[in-house]
Amino acid sequence: MSMITIDRLPADALRGVGGGLAPTRTVVAYGFWIFIMSDIVMFAALFAAYAVLSGNIAGGPTGRELFNLHKVFVETACLLLSSYTCGVGMLCAERRQPGVFLSFAAATFILGAAFLSIELSEFVGIAKAGAGPTRSAFLSSFFTLVGMHGAHVTCGLVWLVYMVAQVLVKGLRAVVLRRLLCFSLFWHALDIVWIGVMTLVYLMGAR
Amino acid sequence: MDGTERLIDDRSPGVEHHESTANFLSYTVGLGLAVAATIASFVVSQTGLLWEPGVPVGLVVLAFAQIGVHLVFFLHLGSGPDNTNNIMALAFGVWVVFLVIAGSCWITANLHANMMDLPMNMVR
Amino acid sequence: MLGKLSWAAIPFNEPLPLISMGVVLVVILGVTVLVVARGWLPYLWREWLTSVDHKRIGAMYMLLGLVMLLRGFSDAIMMRTQQAIAVGSAQGYLPPGHYDQIFSAHGTIMIFFVAMPLVIGLMNFVVPLQLGVRDVAFPVLNSVGFWLTASGALLINASLVIGNFARTGWMGYPPLSELAFSPDVGVDYYLWSLQISGIGTLLTGVNFVTTILKLRAPGMTYFRMPVFCWTALASSMLIVAAFPILTATFLMLLLDRYLGMHFFTNDGGGNQMMYVNLFWAWGHPEVYILILPAFGVFSEVIATFSGKALFGYRSMVLATLAICVLSFMVWLHHFFTMGAGADVNAFFGIMSTVIAVPTGVKVFNWLFTMFRGRIVYRTPVLFAIGFIVTFTIGGMTGVLLAVPPVDFVLHNSAFLVAHFHNVIIGGVVFGALAGYNYWFPKVFGFTLDERFGQASFWCWLVGFYLAFTPLYALGLMGMTRRLQHISNPSWQPLLLVAEVGAVVIFCGILCQIAQLYVSIRTREARRDLTGDPWNGRTLEWATASPPPAYNFAVLPRVDSIDAFWAMKQRGDLTAAEISYQTIEVPRNSATGLVVAFFASATGFALIWHIWWMAALGLAGAAITLLAFGWNEEREAAIPAAEIARMERTRPGLRGVA
Repeated sequence: MSMITIDRLPADALRGVGGGLAPTRTVVAYGFWIFIMSDIVMFAALFAAYAVLSGNIAGGPTGRELFNLHKVFVETACLLLSSYTCGVGMLCAERRQPGVFLSFAAATFILGAAFLSIELSEFVGIAKAGAGPTRSAFLSSFFTLVGMHGAHVTCGLVWLVYMVAQVLVKGLRAVVLRRLLCFSLFWHALDIVWIGVMTLVYLMGAR
Repeated sequence: MDGTERLIDDRSPGVEHHESTANFLSYTVGLGLAVAATIASFVVSQTGLLWEPGVPVGLVVLAFAQIGVHLVFFLHLGSGPDNTNNIMALAFGVWVVFLVIAGSCWITANLHANMMDLPMNMVR
Repeated sequence: MLGKLSWAAIPFNEPLPLISMGVVLVVILGVTVLVVARGWLPYLWREWLTSVDHKRIGAMYMLLGLVMLLRGFSDAIMMRTQQAIAVGSAQGYLPPGHYDQIFSAHGTIMIFFVAMPLVIGLMNFVVPLQLGVRDVAFPVLNSVGFWLTASGALLINASLVIGNFARTGWMGYPPLSELAFSPDVGVDYYLWSLQISGIGTLLTGVNFVTTILKLRAPGMTYFRMPVFCWTALASSMLIVAAFPILTATFLMLLLDRYLGMHFFTNDGGGNQMMYVNLFWAWGHPEVYILILPAFGVFSEVIATFSGKALFGYRSMVLATLAICVLSFMVWLHHFFTMGAGADVNAFFGIMSTVIAVPTGVKVFNWLFTMFRGRIVYRTPVLFAIGFIVTFTIGGMTGVLLAVPPVDFVLHNSAFLVAHFHNVIIGGVVFGALAGYNYWFPKVFGFTLDERFGQASFWCWLVGFYLAFTPLYALGLMGMTRRLQHISNPSWQPLLLVAEVGAVVIFCGILCQIAQLYVSIRTREARRDLTGDPWNGRTLEWATASPPPAYNFAVLPRVDSIDAFWAMKQRGDLTAAEISYQTIEVPRNSATGLVVAFFASATGFALIWHIWWMAALGLAGAAITLLAFGWNEEREAAIPAAEIARMERTRPGLRGVA
């Protein structure tokens, strides 16, 4: 098989990809994107467990009895808006406007914290009503799936505070911008996962 | 890495390479569409607007639509050749997610159908 | 204060683990004393422990895998011996509880701490060199990944001396693995050790997908990459997509055990079959994660030692990608007998048969590569030929098992055990050993002794067939797996043959140890001065042996597959006046080592319910990561003059212009 024929391959989607080293920003963002894909697969396994176990209530309460859709709507609004403020904040950061960026970062944090506090209050309320994660398989899978998302949001908020510190100390240098880019990918991905949680757990469960 | 060898010019996910007000527009339009999809989901789920047996399908469609809005307007995923790797990664991820969730549901439903019925006094 | 930990955890009344613990501790102590007394510690710290160089990390992975092979193999020969003698009224020397721990540890160690490190080690060393670049995309994360894997290995070995290991088999099925039926620390050792090393593996997957897709020599399009890089890409994609499923599944089992949840318990609505389903949704892609890089090794080895380009490059690539996609569609064949209906079993049975087709394409490509080639019979290609025969047989028994009615007879029998050892030993182990022999000169600068290499090959080959062919027969005769006592005396002759096979494999391992020892003793006589001992075809052979830290002083420009072969054909190898530039190489980092230290402490603490220690360990790991995330000075510059000096003084200058 001669070497020449390789070059005449119909490369289609691979055309123009002539090797070489991608810029650091691309490499870092792509690596983080791949990591996010792996995180999504982990959530998928937890979603699968929830789907299988959602009917196993062991004589205990069902989703319809427990879920408060008003709270869910507010939570969703908070998270969605925080995704927006995060994105706009990133724009300001790219344009080297640290002050505006910091305002949007603060807004993102506040909205994210609001989401968490509503979720936490929901968890505590349900658990106090005797419907904690040890009550039934449905509740175990509910608390784990939604709780895992909440844990990711918590880590995101810690990361955001850390990034604000980096911006304040180091300024909007290239390396800081790369890390902010990763944070924003993470934050948007969390909102995407929440769309799944909102739909499959709360909206379908409350019917 | 030396600077002379840089040739791969892929776009990374989440990055908009052209600075313009179109970016701000992208996020705002995306927010609007996402809010609309969210409200629509709640309406479909809680009111009788959609034919009852079609509600799960409607919810899933709206969820995918909103996810699409996020991917395009917030994460700036496009269809150009410099985005190919990002799309391929996403496609592979979506494929695996589908297999894990749909596969597990199909398999466990099948297993459940073949399980012995529980005696009357036992609770599932 | 110390949770469940007490002096009772140390098996003072059990001679076997006590003696092995003693031996291991003496060896560790001896090595430590030697290293410190000879003043090697600064060198070790600087050149190996805190290195983020993919070449060093790859070598350490290989070392980990080979050392753990000794532990896993000890388990194997203990089991073989027990089965050979505990027949009829004889009870053997291993009580059932011990035997159960041994087969559980054997499987866990061999898959996670032998096969994975060997395969990842080869990928680590070879891929950046073959791609013509200086390192992977994220060197510090690469180091973190290695050290987390080592941390998992440490925990699993700790279970031998402090407490006990799981008795559930390497898959850890509930309800046996739930707290009600495994109240001791064994299953916790299993779960935490694998969760920690799983994070390391995931980081590796992310690293290699990014490296292969975003960092290649100029001109190296996808279809000019070596096949080993394609298989590394496919394997890494599978790691990224499959390991999170295992993480989630183990998380759920841990939540059951630690917080009393009901994912897989008998009560509260738990569903044990879902564990089996999710476990194998990871488990099947896992075996392809192991075998695909081995396929890549064979593609390189066969092409090189036949003196011909690999036949059917494009179909090899497509077959690899097909296997990658299909590997996620067959997992139910691991539990045909769990009770799904005929439609589900039929779908997965057909898919399992279909996935054999791309592998068949690869086998024919290898055969056609060798056809009309001038084969030079060295150890690597011997392993390759042994692989083609052995793996084909193993694959065929796999296709047989893929037929659900057949599987209903043979599920969990000795036939199954023979099948998976057939493909794992014939495929993964032979691939790792071929790669080890093939790339050793590049890693260390001198070749391995050829006679001991060939001897080890023949011992492994003959030993494998002696050890496992009887198991095929025994499976068909009705013997199940994991038997601590054999009640049917007519099985004993075959079990004795299997025992002999295990001993022959042991001789093969001894030959490999001897090979290493002899090669080191005579290394000056076998120095690789040209960097190209096998007349290779791919870019790693264009560097010195061992390569300098920066791999290539000037990144090669690639315009065909088998880039190095093309350069040799054109004759443009000697460096004209190259103007060297400053090269930035990644700095050393202790991040990996420190994170792994805290991970080990956290894992051990969680296993023994020492909550304050777990909290401290987690805090330590978090702080280390935050420190890493703040740090910016990741690279050190090597000035151009230094590069020029190194390029001129290394043996066998082959400038790649």
